Amino acid sequence: MQINVIFDITRTHLLSRFKQSSIAALGVTFGIGTFIVLMSFMTGLNGLLDGLILNRTPHVRIYNEIEPSEVQPIQADEVFSNAWNIVRSIKPKGSEERIHNALPIISTLEKDSRVRGISPQVKASVFYLAGSIELNGVVTGILPLEETRLFNFDEYIVAGSPEGLAKNRNGILLGAGIAKKMSLSIGDKIQVSTARGVLIPLKVVGIFQSGLADVDNIQSYVNLSMGQQLLGEGKTYITDINMKLHNIEDAVPMTNEVRRSFGVSAIDIKTANAQFETGTSIRNLITYAVSITLLIVAGFGIYNILNMMIYEKMNDIAILKATGFSGDDVKNIFISQAMLIGLVGGLLGLIMGFGLSVLIDNTPFETEALPTIKTFPVNFNPMFYVGGIIFALVSTFLAGYLPARKARRIDPVEIIRGQ
Amino acid sequence: MSLVLEAKSINKHFYNPVDFHVLKDVSFGIEKGEFVSIMGKSGCGKSTLLYILSTMDTDYTGELLLGGDNVTDRDHDELARIRNAEIGFVFQFHYLLPEFSVLDNVMLPARKLGKKSLSAIREAAMAKLDLLGIASEAHKKASMISGGQKQRVAIARALINEPIIIMGDEPTGNLDSKNSENVFDIFKNLSHSQNLSLLVVTHDHDFAAKTDRIITMEDGRIISHGK
Repeated sequence: MQINVIFDITRTHLLSRFKQSSIAALGVTFGIGTFIVLMSFMTGLNGLLDGLILNRTPHVRIYNEIEPSEVQPIQADEVFSNAWNIVRSIKPKGSEERIHNALPIISTLEKDSRVRGISPQVKASVFYLAGSIELNGVVTGILPLEETRLFNFDEYIVAGSPEGLAKNRNGILLGAGIAKKMSLSIGDKIQVSTARGVLIPLKVVGIFQSGLADVDNIQSYVNLSMGQQLLGEGKTYITDINMKLHNIEDAVPMTNEVRRSFGVSAIDIKTANAQFETGTSIRNLITYAVSITLLIVAGFGIYNILNMMIYEKMNDIAILKATGFSGDDVKNIFISQAMLIGLVGGLLGLIMGFGLSVLIDNTPFETEALPTIKTFPVNFNPMFYVGGIIFALVSTFLAGYLPARKARRIDPVEIIRGQ
Repeated sequence: MSLVLEAKSINKHFYNPVDFHVLKDVSFGIEKGEFVSIMGKSGCGKSTLLYILSTMDTDYTGELLLGGDNVTDRDHDELARIRNAEIGFVFQFHYLLPEFSVLDNVMLPARKLGKKSLSAIREAAMAKLDLLGIASEAHKKASMISGGQKQRVAIARALINEPIIIMGDEPTGNLDSKNSENVFDIFKNLSHSQNLSLLVVTHDHDFAAKTDRIITMEDGRIISHGK
């Protein structure tokens, strides 16, 4: 019953000053609306960039670095252990690029519960031959379906599909730059020759485009077994092992373990993309800072309007107190006014934010670098909406609290005497 | 007879800008059904006394009893409840909430009291407005009616919770003689027919002369109890 009275007074006060109340509410609406749009759009963009780099980058990459041995044979001999050995002009041993014991390493790692999937690769330098044109480049042998499952390989492909490559052992996915230079499209034949002079005819089953011209002009993909055949090697020949983990945080310790236990080179995603993570966190920081500033500005608007309202309502406050409303009743009247403004403004802000987000989500956005993206990315995370309305209520509560506390302390005798 | 309101040696000082002893040892009582007026020159402390009696001003020494209960030193929330349930006010400047309808203005104190259902309160409020002859204005906005009507609405509001006493601070001070007389008749009628106590601070000699008793004040003291 009493809450109803308070609410009726609140409503009458707000409705009788409809313009003022609407302006205060609009302040909140714009604050919250912009907050939603900003958060949705910025995190959408971040998600896109994360997807571009992080989702396509292996969490741990194992490879065989060509480097000189740290221990030279002379140091291993006990006879010279007390001597001062100088070896000049050390060169790496003419070893292969492949990872030693790749298959046992893979089967061991596959048993690790932290590992989501493993995709072996084999890289080969080749010449592309079609008609009279000859281009040099790199062919990577992959397991197309694993590559798609783990690293969103399909997002690069502008014509054809990973499945098409998996089905056709003699298929090749050409880089867009090569395809253009050689005027090749799906179904055409291309010949690939390796450094050893092996010439193998392949069929174009798809075109991929990474967005980086340097990559698209040289890189192509074939099946893993075809890659091994190009190099004239067997099933054990693997040059790279790409791993995806369940939790990206395991990447660094896992990389160290791999290095220690298998004696191979390995690099983790954080080291490989350190600058990228910095960019993401700074973008997030800016987004939050701008959003919160907007909401604080809206809060000050409410504070001002309520403060003015209380000066106008001195008489009402005195009458209410004289007729038996307590200081807390009066305080609640003004706090509920602020919060009603916050609630209405906030809900409208959510609607506005959602509307603008949908608009942005449908705005065409086409770029060479992102062949599968057609519109701006927007993240419709419900948490932004929950957070937006909570922030609207909290900030309007705070903006209303100070003026309301002042109203609570107003001495009715002073007002009545003053008349 | 039982005393509805009793003040025992009330003293009050104003300290700003200088110490000023505004009420000096004021003691008196009002009986049930009695219509009392307080008179005195401006600045003699009669309004100050009224605000203390009304429980709105708590900065005094002495004792104040309402309906036999000592209300001195009660906290503000409790005093607000007491004002709401037991005291009705009529001020010089009507003091209605301008944005609410006449009916809402009358209903508010009863809704705060919360003893009756909304429809019962509405009925009671209409009955009070009817009693004061302004039922036809019930749904107008309070800012849209005339001064005399406003004062009658204020009286209806003062009556809505069936208080034990009605206090008035120059309730006719702002009205012409016809409306003043009207208000006086309403008060007189309430005092006689409903056995309601009334305490009115006034400058108006004609008004005071017709009340049951005149308390006269001078320089913060009661110089005559009018008995």
